[in-house]
Parts: sequence; structure tokens; C-alpha cells
Amino acid sequence: MKFLFVLSFLLLPAAAWASSPGAVTTSRLDNGLEIVVIEDHRAPVVTHMLWYRVGAGDDPMGKSGIAHFLEHLLFKGTEKFPGDRFQANVAANGGSDNAFTSYDYTGYFQRVAADRLDLMMEMEADRMRKLVLTPEDVATERDVILEERRSQVERSPGGLFNEQMRAAIYLNNPKGRPIIGWEHEIRDLQLEDALAFYRRYYAPNNAILIVAGDVEPDAVFALAETHYGPLEPTQGLEPRARPSEPPQRAERRLTYRDARVRQPYLSRSYLAPSRRAGNNADAAALSVLARLLGGSVTSFLVQRLEVEEKVMISVGAAYGPNGLDGSTFGLYAAPVDGVSLEQAAAALDRAVADFLDQGPDLEALERVKAGIRASEIYALDSQQSRARAYGSALTSGLTVEDVASWTDALDAVTAEDVIAAGRAVFRRESSVTGYVLPEEGAE
Amino acid sequence: MIRLLCILFVFLAASLPARAATDVVEVTSPGGITAWLVQERGIPMLALSMEFTGGAMMEPDEKLGATTLMMGLLEGGAGALDALGFATRAEELAVRLGFSAGRSEVSVSATMLTENRAESLALLRSALIEPRFDAEALERVRGQFLASLRMDETDPGAQARHAFAAAAYGDHPFGRPTDGTVETVAALTRQDLLDAHARAFARDRVFIGVVGDISAEELGPLLDELLGDLPATGPALPEPAEVIDEGETIVIPMPAPQSLARFGHSGIHRDDPDFIPAYVFNQIFGGGGFPSRLSEEVREKRGLTYGISTGLASDPFGALFLGSVTSANETIAEALEVTRAEWARAREQGVTEEELAEVKQFLTGAYPLRFDGNARIASILRGFQAAGLPKSYIAERNAMIESVTLEDVNRAARRLLKPEKLRVVVVGQPEGMGD
Repeated sequence: MKFLFVLSFLLLPAAAWASSPGAVTTSRLDNGLEIVVIEDHRAPVVTHMLWYRVGAGDDPMGKSGIAHFLEHLLFKGTEKFPGDRFQANVAANGGSDNAFTSYDYTGYFQRVAADRLDLMMEMEADRMRKLVLTPEDVATERDVILEERRSQVERSPGGLFNEQMRAAIYLNNPKGRPIIGWEHEIRDLQLEDALAFYRRYYAPNNAILIVAGDVEPDAVFALAETHYGPLEPTQGLEPRARPSEPPQRAERRLTYRDARVRQPYLSRSYLAPSRRAGNNADAAALSVLARLLGGSVTSFLVQRLEVEEKVMISVGAAYGPNGLDGSTFGLYAAPVDGVSLEQAAAALDRAVADFLDQGPDLEALERVKAGIRASEIYALDSQQSRARAYGSALTSGLTVEDVASWTDALDAVTAEDVIAAGRAVFRRESSVTGYVLPEEGAE
Repeated sequence: MIRLLCILFVFLAASLPARAATDVVEVTSPGGITAWLVQERGIPMLALSMEFTGGAMMEPDEKLGATTLMMGLLEGGAGALDALGFATRAEELAVRLGFSAGRSEVSVSATMLTENRAESLALLRSALIEPRFDAEALERVRGQFLASLRMDETDPGAQARHAFAAAAYGDHPFGRPTDGTVETVAALTRQDLLDAHARAFARDRVFIGVVGDISAEELGPLLDELLGDLPATGPALPEPAEVIDEGETIVIPMPAPQSLARFGHSGIHRDDPDFIPAYVFNQIFGGGGFPSRLSEEVREKRGLTYGISTGLASDPFGALFLGSVTSANETIAEALEVTRAEWARAREQGVTEEELAEVKQFLTGAYPLRFDGNARIASILRGFQAAGLPKSYIAERNAMIESVTLEDVNRAARRLLKPEKLRVVVVGQPEGMGD
């Protein structure tokens, strides 16, 4: 029966079913925990995700990396499930589990057979309030995180350069710091720092439960009441408000040199708006703009700079629409041999200016929209990515309605919207341009 | 009590892949092309996954990288369409195409909407059968490929991979870098790509998985349309490699605060009767997604790494048992010392009954979770066929894991582990090693 229901909403015209909530059901517990159930009955599998509305953007000053550190520490056990019992239980049930930290959220998830949901919820609820940490756990895990930092950031010139770019684009917003933290601050993170952060932010009134898979909403709500219902909310938790950006008045330029660089490139980052609850229009226009400019072989910058002028090896545009307090719009370009980064930057600027003057090719706009509509269908094939779409939106200040209407918002974007959004964002005084080069004299 | 419950759970979990297992149909087209199909009407889309045995190992030494570049150019124009025309058509149809080259195979994947199925398959057919390799597209993609090869020169992972393969496989084609070198790729001509194309594709070496909104009757003729114009047979495949097992440490200096090590020796073939026990052993010893011995000793207890793992790289043309770890330059020697000690301990003492019970629960429970999504299932079906497994394996696999005894797994461990033959390649500035 349910299968038929899913099928029937798919057969509706794209625009209609995309905005339909379909098999998404929501609820809320008395202690503030929000619940989203995404039904997918193709296989007896479930994804259980708990998202906290706290991330690296909420790390206190001088404590960069604490949100991510705590994410690691959540695997150190409770009285009821001591040591590695949590992961051992997941593994013993054939599941997989992991966690992730971003600027706006910290999330934990398990994928298991649908009939194991009860145990997953019991364990996840247990560690929301009852984590037991020892100084030894903290010391060992700090070393693991320093290794993670070396692996993820320091191993490549690009990792270190991106950190410098972020630090330069934000004058005041704490998102200028790396999620994993600055090395010297990671070294100083203490047990008390982690516990203070944990007690305040790991609470039902600061969390969203997302269950996707072969489940019935009512059964999920009942299980959630059993396991998450008794947890005490944090009193006095204020709405999230992080230091915001002052007007930016001066464009910034960086040059990063590293002996390991073999291909010079440049990166440009502009401050950009993100999706807002009830207002997705600007972000939708910027998403379409990114695809028209640099999303594929047919895109404007690739055709102009790689194919026609042949000055770039690779060029692209990137924009992430989600963000609690804004986002960035990025351009990058790697020039061919014999073209300097200064020349590449000038060519890139000319191309972007021409795009804004001419306006987008209407057929290209139509193809981007065809791709967006198809993405909605393809997305149904991945339970986990659907769950993530809801989690990342809801922890960035958006609502279930915003998620459901996102495809419509993208579909409604006009050529004029694209140009207006580009003109508003491409302001050099709120941008950083970074050059990545080999060591001087190394060439 | 907890253990009893777990066993009950596993019994339930073991029944999970039944749907995929019973629903896999072997389809043989009128023209004789075989595919495994799972019909899935829930979403109006189709996922197709194919591989052709051969890949980069078929290249002459002076043409290294030709297969990778050729695969990268299949989307660069075909039939009546140039590069822009091809990409435009793909966008209109919202079809997602993937082409890649491996050491012993080339892979093709396609995800398409049911409503655009015929047109999408026609576009894919054109890319496979009549790619143009236009000069314009060739130079553009070559430029990107060369940039990535140059970047590999300072990428510790790529350097460790190349050095390990060269040492382990010697003169066999597997000893060469799959993507070639800056020199060989810079010299490739259009004719080299046509040759690489002719070496890579033939109907007698293809494995196909299909999942989606299509019946067996519909699929057969479509397979003939898609691949019928490829040659029936291709060039002879090389002999499998003789892995050179030699205990040695190779240090490749690179300026970075962290060292990356790749370690291992010869492995075990997929058709070896001890493969399943060896697979179970690896999961206990260093497998991912599970609290393995190496992860416990090197990461959890000592904080020496963010990640350490091992795996059976059981390519029919050269099987290895391989692992990798990253650690600060000051601590990589210790991480490797602990790893060596575990290698020897596991060989001498084997694993315990308790470890075996836990890993069986994990492996049998995790198995059905893999069958998640049309694209993933298509890829699994293709992979099982390429590994030479019968269709019945899908249903019987968990029972095979369950039947592994402690004696089996420890016998396999003794065969697999060769502590004195452990080859270690370290890239970085490791302290206390190799000088």
C-alpha cells in the first residue's frame, strides 16, 4: 500500500510532486526534540540521524575545534554503554555509524536493518545527556584529531590555502576559523571545555531527529517518546546569534606559496546570502548562477576560457545555499602554461562581466532546470542524502516547508533573477582573491 | 543475554537480501549479451553499471595513460555531436554518465530517467561505439589530465601507490602507474586513443548490472542496440602477475608534517577456497567500519593515527594483502612497529572465538545494507559477475560467512600473513626510518 502511495506521487507532474511533502512526516516532543520521518519502503533498512543545532561556528573564541572534538568524544561511552560498546553494538547488528561536524551543525547517524531502530535510539538518546569522559580519553583523542588535521588539511597545499581564504573572507563571523580548529588551539582543548559545550548544547531542545527508511511515522514517534522523551532540555538556551559581518569595504588579496604546488591556480570568494526561512529566492538564483557559470562543459566560463580563449586548464564556480548566517560564492581558475595568475584573474573578471551584460542563454537555463528536476528523482534513490538534505536545512534555520519547496524555488528562477543575484554578490570589496604558487624560484 | 539477542538479530538480518537475491534475473539478449537485472519500479529511473576486463594493463609501456585519457574523452564528442553538442544533449536528457579506467578494467555507468531511456541509451551507445577524439577536446582534456599527474608528484598517496606497485609487481604491467606519466601522456596521439579504445571494448569480456524500471523482455534488445556493434572478441589478456614478496622498507622523502605508509605483501585470490575465511580474518584484523585490531591498537589505545586499515586486493591479475596508515613524522615508526607486532601476533596466535562471533554478526548484518539504491545494486551485480561469482552467491554469501570456523580463519591467517615479507613504503619525513 505504502509503495503505491510513493509511486503515485511520483507520477504527478514534476512541479507538483516536488513541492508535495510526499512521505515526509514531522512531530515534536514536549522537551523540544523535533522529529522528521522520511519513508522509503524499498528495502528493510533505516537511517537514524540525530542533528544538533551547534557546530564549529559556535566554538567559543580561543577554543576553535571544540565542536568537532566533542563529536569524537561522543564515542567514548556512557555508564550504560561503556567504552566502545556503542560502536560494538552497531557493528554487532551489522550496522554502520559515523558522525560529522560542520559550521552550523553536528550530526550522528547509524544505518541498520529497520528492526534495530529501537536499540539505535536507546543508545543515541543515552549519550545525549550521560556521556562519561576521562582525562585519558581526551588526551588520546586530541592526538587522533591532530593526526586528522595533518591528514585532511596539511597533507595538501589546497587544504592549507583554503583555511587562509576562509580566515580572510570573514572579518568578524567565527566561521573564518577551520572546523577542525587551529592546531595551537586544538592542543589546548581540555576536558572541561568539552563538557561545558556538551552540557549546554547537547539537549533535546537543541536537536532534530531524522529517521529515513522502512518505518511508520507513528511507530517512530512512539519510540522517540520512549527514548528521547525523558531527557531534560537545557534551560535558557537562547536563539542562535553569532557575531555578524560589518560592511566589508576593502577587497583582500592573498598569495600562498608551497613547495608542493605543481599547478598554480587562483580562487575568488565572495560573501553571499544563504537560504532564509520562507525566502529561498536569492539562494535559488545563486545556485542556478553557479551552474550556468561553471557547473559543466557547457557552462559559460568553461566554454569561454577553456574552449574559446584556451587560457585555462580548468575553471569553475561553486555556491552552497545552506548556512545559518550567510554563505560564500566561489570561482576558481587554473591557467594554462604561459598565462600568469594576474592574467587569469583579468580574463576571469572579463568573462563574468560579459556574462552579466549578456544575460544567460535561455536554452542553457532550461537545461539547468531539467537537471534540477531530474535530481529530485535521482535523490529518491539515496535514503541517506534525503535525510541529510533535511538535517542540514533544519539546522541552518530553515523549515520542512523550505526543503519541500526548494525545487520549486529553483524552477522559478528567471534570467533576470540570475543577473540581479550575480550583480548583488560580485562586489570586489566583499571578496578575497587568492593565488596559489610554488615556492619562489622553484619553477 | 546480550549475546543471545544479537544472534537472534543476525538471524533476522540474514534474511534481508532475499528480495534482491530472489529478484535477480539473468538476461541474455538475442545477440548473446548477458546482464543481471533487478526490476525496481519504485522510482522512474534506470541504473546501468558495466565493466570490460582489460583496462590499463593492456597498454604498451610507451603508451601509459592512453586508456585513462581515452575513457575521459568518450564524453568529448561522438557520432554527429562534438564535445559541446554531446554535453548539451546529456543535459537535455538529464542522463548521468560515468567513464573510468582501472588497472585491469574499464568501467561505464549510466543513470537515466525512464521517460528519456531510449534517447539516453542511444547517447551512451554513441559514446561507446563511435567516439570522435576531436583534437580540440583531446587537447583540453589532456591539459587537465597532465595537471592532475603533476599534482600527483607531490601527493603522498599517489607516490606510495606507485612505489608499492613497482616493487611488488616488477615488470608485470601492474607495476606501472595506471594513469601513465607526464611524459607518456604528453606524447599520446589520436591514433593511440583509437588503439586504446580497440583494446578496451569487446563483447566477450563485459559484465553488466541493471536495476530499475525495466523488464527482462525490454532489456534484452536494448543490450544488443547498446553493445552489438562492439567487436565480438578483443586482444589476449596478460598472464596474472607473480607478486614479488620481499621484506623491505622504502622511504620516499617529501616535505610534509605527516608520513603516509602503505604496507603489505601477496594476498589471496577470489577463487581460493580460503578466500572467505581470509576475508573474515581481514575484517577482524584491519577491516574498516568495525573496531579492528589495528584500529584499536594504533588509534584508540595510542592515538597514533586518524585511520589505519587493511584489505584484500584480490584482483585476478595480481592479489595483494594491503594496508595503509598515516601518522606524524615523529610517530610513524611507532605506528608501523605496532602494526608489525600485530602482524606477527595474528599469525602465531590467530584470532579468538569471541572475535570470530562478533565479526560474523557484523559481516552478515552489514551485507544486506549494501543493497541500498538502484545505482549501488547495479554496481554490486556487475562486481559479483566480474569476480566470477554465480548468481546463487547473492543468497548464499551470508551462510558462507556463518560456516567459517575458528580453525578455518586461523588457517587462512597463517597462509595470508607473512611478517618477514612485509614491504613498507613510507612517504614523508619519517623520523628513525630508512637512513
